Amino acid sequence: MQRPDMSVVLAGIPMRNPVMTASGTFGYGAEFADYLDLESIGAMVTKGLSLKPKAGNPTPRIVETPGGMLNAIGLQNVGIDAFIEQKLPYLKNVNTPVIANLYGNTLEEYGEVASRLDGLAGVAGIEVNISCPNVKQGGIVFGTDPGAAQEVVSLVKRNTSKPLIVKLSPNVTDVVVMAKACADAGADALSLINTLTGMAIDLERRRPVLANVTGGLSGPAIKPVALRMVWQVAKAVRLPLIGIGGIMNGRDALEFMLAGATAIQVGTASFLDPSAAQRIAQEMEQYLVEHGIESVRSLIGALEV
Amino acid sequence: MQFKSMVISNVEVSPNYFRMRMTAPQELASAVPGQFVMLKVNDAIDPLLRRPFGLFDVGSFVPEYAGCGAQVYCEILYKVVGKGTKLLSALHHGDLVDLLVPLGKGFQMGPAGEEKVLVGGGVGLAPLYYLAKELKERGEKVRLFAGGRNRDDVLCITEFERLGVETYVATDDGTLGERGFVTQVLERHLSSDMRIFACGPTPMLNAVAKMSQKHGVPCQVSMEAYMACGVGACLGCVMKGANHTDETPDYRCVCKDGPVFDSFELQWS
Repeated sequence: MQRPDMSVVLAGIPMRNPVMTASGTFGYGAEFADYLDLESIGAMVTKGLSLKPKAGNPTPRIVETPGGMLNAIGLQNVGIDAFIEQKLPYLKNVNTPVIANLYGNTLEEYGEVASRLDGLAGVAGIEVNISCPNVKQGGIVFGTDPGAAQEVVSLVKRNTSKPLIVKLSPNVTDVVVMAKACADAGADALSLINTLTGMAIDLERRRPVLANVTGGLSGPAIKPVALRMVWQVAKAVRLPLIGIGGIMNGRDALEFMLAGATAIQVGTASFLDPSAAQRIAQEMEQYLVEHGIESVRSLIGALEV
Repeated sequence: MQFKSMVISNVEVSPNYFRMRMTAPQELASAVPGQFVMLKVNDAIDPLLRRPFGLFDVGSFVPEYAGCGAQVYCEILYKVVGKGTKLLSALHHGDLVDLLVPLGKGFQMGPAGEEKVLVGGGVGLAPLYYLAKELKERGEKVRLFAGGRNRDDVLCITEFERLGVETYVATDDGTLGERGFVTQVLERHLSSDMRIFACGPTPMLNAVAKMSQKHGVPCQVSMEAYMACGVGACLGCVMKGANHTDETPDYRCVCKDGPVFDSFELQWS
């Protein structure tokens, strides 16, 4: 049998396989070059970029919980200018699509960051974060109100000619409502889910563990929630989806594809195994070989209910 | 680099403190004192993340089985504090763990001839032992100031002494050495032609950094922090740089910019 066809096209972005790295878990790519072949994965998503450099939250920022971790990094990043000057030149030399993840502290900032990225060679698409649970402004404000989401997505759409991915929050009553709002506003693809808001308490000190009090839960603990949400959105919205949430191995990734995802993102797994993204792509391919499946695309939405 | 490592030995050296020796690839022989490893104790998802440990020792030995050449090993010193370290303490010879190593920036040993002063407590003594070994190999004069709450926290002093390191000990309850903080003992011995290397609980490092700055003694500190990745990606382990303000943030990653910092690089409370 020939090697299976692992390639997918996501909102016009051709990828060698469906494995992407999730924003905030893969730095700006270079941090992982010692541990995996950056040209073995489907796409890289950068740390969330803002107009100005952002300090992030006080520490402690992370804590492990059963089967997962809470983080409240607070979107610390170098800012869009430093990204373009210092980080992008390296990424341009890597033959793998780069998706720039962006957010704004205000509506206007979303538009401005998007327009700065628009003309740039080396940026294949943008992913708009409307779902960070750890910052007061920006992020979650736009991610939990369909009207606000529509507004921010429309604005970004007017400021970019690049494929536009919107990253959804699970911290809503009905993720389908949010997905539809973003689709109507012009999103080309949706990625889901961002982290679930959670909390850890230090019993002895009678204090929250995180300085931010609450944080975003990620890792295997959230996979069932993520799968359910991808499946719900896939039934309701005709946009390509990127499945995210606790993907640790090839089997997890393929489950998301069955639920309706065209691609997947590896997040927390890269923290404990810096070569996770490459390994997961290999495991997916291996599964296809073992089951005589010719193309990974044949699995997208192939769930039988 | 990432590799599977075999446990050679795992010994309780003091109540709740363990010293573990593992096989390592040849490349690790050039690890710098102060660098650390990220260790995954098993393939399970709970505990999920790796744990950081300072390198206690790196060396080589010839295994007993026939036909085998010298094999590089590395050692860590750890305290059982939670689920991950509890599992670690149950490992035996032949068990496998997954390591990322060597990570971070290590100690800069400074010019020959000046006195090297090591200050540490608890598992903070781990990187100081490897440092002491390298310094003694270079023929330096090395003194160790070790502290802890009680004598159980003062680890591997015999090993330091065997290297030829002059040791001073203080414990909070006086069960070993002087009663009190080791920083008080240190202050009596400070002089301008020494260089300090410190690793231990943050309040101790805080005191050492301020004291050394006051007396104009060069001082490097090795910091500890919660971290998820160890490679500079998660930004979970940051500390405030000396000039950090809310308006002009200056966060340093313990994993990548450290764990060893010049005391002037960081903001002390």
